[in-house]
Amino acid sequence: MRAQFVMSEIGVGLRRNLTMTFAVIISVALSLALFGGSLLMSEQVGRMKGYWYDKANVSIYLCNKQDAQEAGEAAASSAGGGAGGVATCRKGAVTEEQKKQIESELKAMSLVKSVTYESADEAYKHYQEQYGHTALASSITPDQMQESFRVKLKNPEKYKVVTSAFAGRDGIHTVDDQRQAIDDLFRILNYLNMAAVGIMAIMLIVALLLIVNTVRVSAFSRRRETGIMRLVGASSFYIQVPFIMEAAVAGLIGALFACAMLVSGQYFVIDHGVGLRDKIQLIDFMGWGSVLAKLPYVLFIGLLMPSMAAFIALRKYLKV
Amino acid sequence: MIRFDSVSKSYPKQSRPALREVSLDIAKGEFVFLVGSSGSGKSTFLRLILREERASHGQVHVLGKDLAKLSNWKVPQMRRQLGTVFQDFRLLPNKTVAENVAFAQEVIGKPRGEIRKAVPQVLELVGLGGKEERMPGELSGGEQQRVAIARAFVNRPALLIADEPTGNLDPQTSVGIMKLLDRINRTGTTVIMATHDQQIVDQMRKRVIELEQGRLVRDQSRGVYGYQH
Repeated sequence: MRAQFVMSEIGVGLRRNLTMTFAVIISVALSLALFGGSLLMSEQVGRMKGYWYDKANVSIYLCNKQDAQEAGEAAASSAGGGAGGVATCRKGAVTEEQKKQIESELKAMSLVKSVTYESADEAYKHYQEQYGHTALASSITPDQMQESFRVKLKNPEKYKVVTSAFAGRDGIHTVDDQRQAIDDLFRILNYLNMAAVGIMAIMLIVALLLIVNTVRVSAFSRRRETGIMRLVGASSFYIQVPFIMEAAVAGLIGALFACAMLVSGQYFVIDHGVGLRDKIQLIDFMGWGSVLAKLPYVLFIGLLMPSMAAFIALRKYLKV
Repeated sequence: MIRFDSVSKSYPKQSRPALREVSLDIAKGEFVFLVGSSGSGKSTFLRLILREERASHGQVHVLGKDLAKLSNWKVPQMRRQLGTVFQDFRLLPNKTVAENVAFAQEVIGKPRGEIRKAVPQVLELVGLGGKEERMPGELSGGEQQRVAIARAFVNRPALLIADEPTGNLDPQTSVGIMKLLDRINRTGTTVIMATHDQQIVDQMRKRVIELEQGRLVRDQSRGVYGYQH
């Protein structure tokens, strides 16, 4: 009885304010899609971080003869200044002793998972495999390649420890951590995510203001009914429920649209359609589980937020 | 049933209070006319009983309850024991006669079976038997007021408040409405009716309470309208 009465009231209310209802639905849908999108984005970034951090390693390049020569020339021309060449190579190419020392020190570090040594010949071979078809590659000789240690870490976040421990030592040309480059990328992704959150916040405020306004208009257009309800002793809860439910239904529809956008985003952009998963194999894209796990949050917020807005709007409007 | 204990009411933006030091008692089963020129405080008096306003000073007791101490969430419960009728009927134009009456029961959560029984009964009582499915717009003013009275009475209130119920009706129709209110009064319902209708007050010979500029100037059992307007 009561439920049926309330349901019919809600239907009437939503139809009466059709344009406003659409405005609410669209703004709720967009803000929640952005909300879900930024949740997924930050999860994706975290995932990529883990994946790439794991793949990337710290390379310690050792001085070869050419480096030592360049460093020596530079030192001579600028009287002890560090300009040109690498100062740590000034004492000549890396010695066997230095290599052993570095390797054992690396292996002693609790942070280090594994250390592999790459000789200049191996480096040359890898280089030819990768860039063999370019003009530059043909001018490179094995002499120019550097020996290196490739270090994998147990906790990839802590690459800086290795960098600070070995950079600047004699015989070491450079310590190159690929994570530095990855970090820059992540910083950009993070900014994008923050921008999405900012847009979401603005859309959310717009949605809330629209809901407050819609509920006020709705309450005003039904003041005759609510006036009678008050007089015959309907509880204020009973008077307010249709309006709150109206907002909740509009919000829920908006949230469903937002869910549809997220699901189709996963389907058309990542899995099929644009097919990023196949095109960019370097990135470990998240799966359906991640997307589906976000939907309950979107629905919950889509239901709760408009209800709260309606409740607040009514507190002023429908006094006992 | 109703007791006013030196009740004053001032509205925030008006220097002159709407009611000043009004004290009176209305017993169960009484029929009371409330008269006075416009702005004399009649509406404020009724609004205080309905707890749409709170008294600025003094105490208002309705149905044995001190309204100043009644918390907001208990007000609806109190109002279920009151019926209200207005000059402008206040019917819902898009609902039938029966639906208008049933609305008063639906919104306080009466079970459907009870509503189905009570609505035809009360429509019969007000003389609208057979017009259940008509829309308010199709009815005459007197009939619309009967619907309003049916709606006010369907929950069998202890007190019926009528604010100029005949104000929009011609004299003959008014007589019919008054007969109906008298009949409702005879069932034991207390009736308080604010009016400007001299003829009706003079004919009915009921208790008359007169307000003038917010003061109680006359309280007379079996009174007449009493002043020229």
